[in-house]
Amino acid sequence: MLKIDNLHAEIDGQEGKKPILNGLTLEVAAGEIHAIMGPNGAGKSTLSYVLGGRPGYEVTQGSVTFNGQDLLDLEPHERASAGLFLGFQYPVEIPGVSNVQFLREALNAQRKARGEEALSGGEFLKLAKEKAGLLKLDMEMLKRQVNVGFSGGEKKRAEMVQMGILDPTFAVLDETDSGLDIDALRVVGEGINAIMRAQNKGVLLITHYQRLLDVVQPDKVSVLAGGRIVATGGPELAQRLEAEGYDAVMAEAEA
Amino acid sequence: MSDAAILPTTRDESWRYADADWLASADPAELSQWQEVSVAAGESQADTSVITTDGVTRIRVNLAEGARYHHVAIIGADGYARLEVEVTLAKGAHFEFGGVTIGGGEARQEFVTRTIHAEPNATSNQVVRAVQWGKAIGNFLGRIDVHRDAQKTDAGQNFRAILLEKGASANTKPELEIFADDVLCAHGAAIGALDETAAFYMAARGLPPQIARKLLVQAFIGDAFAEMEDELAREALMETALAHLELAVLEQAGDRE
Repeated sequence: MLKIDNLHAEIDGQEGKKPILNGLTLEVAAGEIHAIMGPNGAGKSTLSYVLGGRPGYEVTQGSVTFNGQDLLDLEPHERASAGLFLGFQYPVEIPGVSNVQFLREALNAQRKARGEEALSGGEFLKLAKEKAGLLKLDMEMLKRQVNVGFSGGEKKRAEMVQMGILDPTFAVLDETDSGLDIDALRVVGEGINAIMRAQNKGVLLITHYQRLLDVVQPDKVSVLAGGRIVATGGPELAQRLEAEGYDAVMAEAEA
Repeated sequence: MSDAAILPTTRDESWRYADADWLASADPAELSQWQEVSVAAGESQADTSVITTDGVTRIRVNLAEGARYHHVAIIGADGYARLEVEVTLAKGAHFEFGGVTIGGGEARQEFVTRTIHAEPNATSNQVVRAVQWGKAIGNFLGRIDVHRDAQKTDAGQNFRAILLEKGASANTKPELEIFADDVLCAHGAAIGALDETAAFYMAARGLPPQIARKLLVQAFIGDAFAEMEDELAREALMETALAHLELAVLEQAGDRE
């Protein structure tokens, strides 16, 4: 479903261009949830931004194929219409724009790009209410401005409500568990299962910790370090990382 | 009137960002004309101005005790356009002003206000938003006078500008003359580019750049209309303002660096 081959990417920063991804290769098949773990600075967020097409993140080598399509050839909004969802580690506040307006515009823009009919105001609100309920987010929150005044946990929950409404075929979730307390973690994890666990869908779940993986049980786990995948295994790999730490597992992978 | 024959120049404080060439060829008699507005004690009045042609509009407002006046204005003219509002507030009166300048090309659009708190307990609030591109200039000069016995005055001013392209600019100059000691005067100003982080966030949800940027501009200028109670009138004014945005500008805005 998503095939990343020998991906090299650099960030255009204040101190010039800095290479972050150094030959990253990874494949996620339909029906699969693939967790990416790795130490700080390994390139986890860069990977998600490169997949989303964020300006300032430049691919210098390699390819990304999404459902047979060259993903890197698409504009960020076209990637979304093609079925890709990017869950942000730090969801962005947009003062003056309500969640309802934002998401309705976004959903209808995606539907238009796919040649589908726009949802009416009533149809959209019904859908939004259903997805907000799934994530136990008060519907009143959706009437407020996008992420403005939301706590860290509320932002992450709102992010998953957005995912539910937009119903992507593939989600890249960048540290969706950070900033969540134990109860919220369970709600968000179950939300991911409800929305994305399907034969025709896939998830790249970027996380630091095992605890989200207890709820969203991954089919595969990969370790990202130094801009490359250095080890791939089953769910037991995440448990080993939790128990032994990155250094031990990575040293063994290199040996 | 004594100032009828004198043509202002850009050396005058309140004309410093004006278009000097336009001024030099202006008709002094026309420039010195004021529209008069009076709101009686305890009454309210609301006006809107949509300025799409070049020139200077001057409005002098007198607010009696407890009177309220709300003026909302859009300047979308292509050349030099200026709206001047001078308001004198009696005891307990309130003046609310919302202004939007929106334009590209060679447009030079400005609001100039003078708010005179002549008596105690009056309040005023001014919110001006500028959206410029091309070589356009958006200005806000807001002077606030608080007279000696105008205690408990509460006066606020806020100006923010978004420059969609390099080459556009914005100027603001708050000016406070305060002769009372128990007053609140707040002013804030910020000039910047469109929030590209927000634009990317919106794109990642499927919004094409033009729609994302239009939504951001809409949210930005919405502050100037926020105090309008009539929702339909507010939406109509928003549409009027957004109609000045050029689609091409919205497509390019992100590539300007």
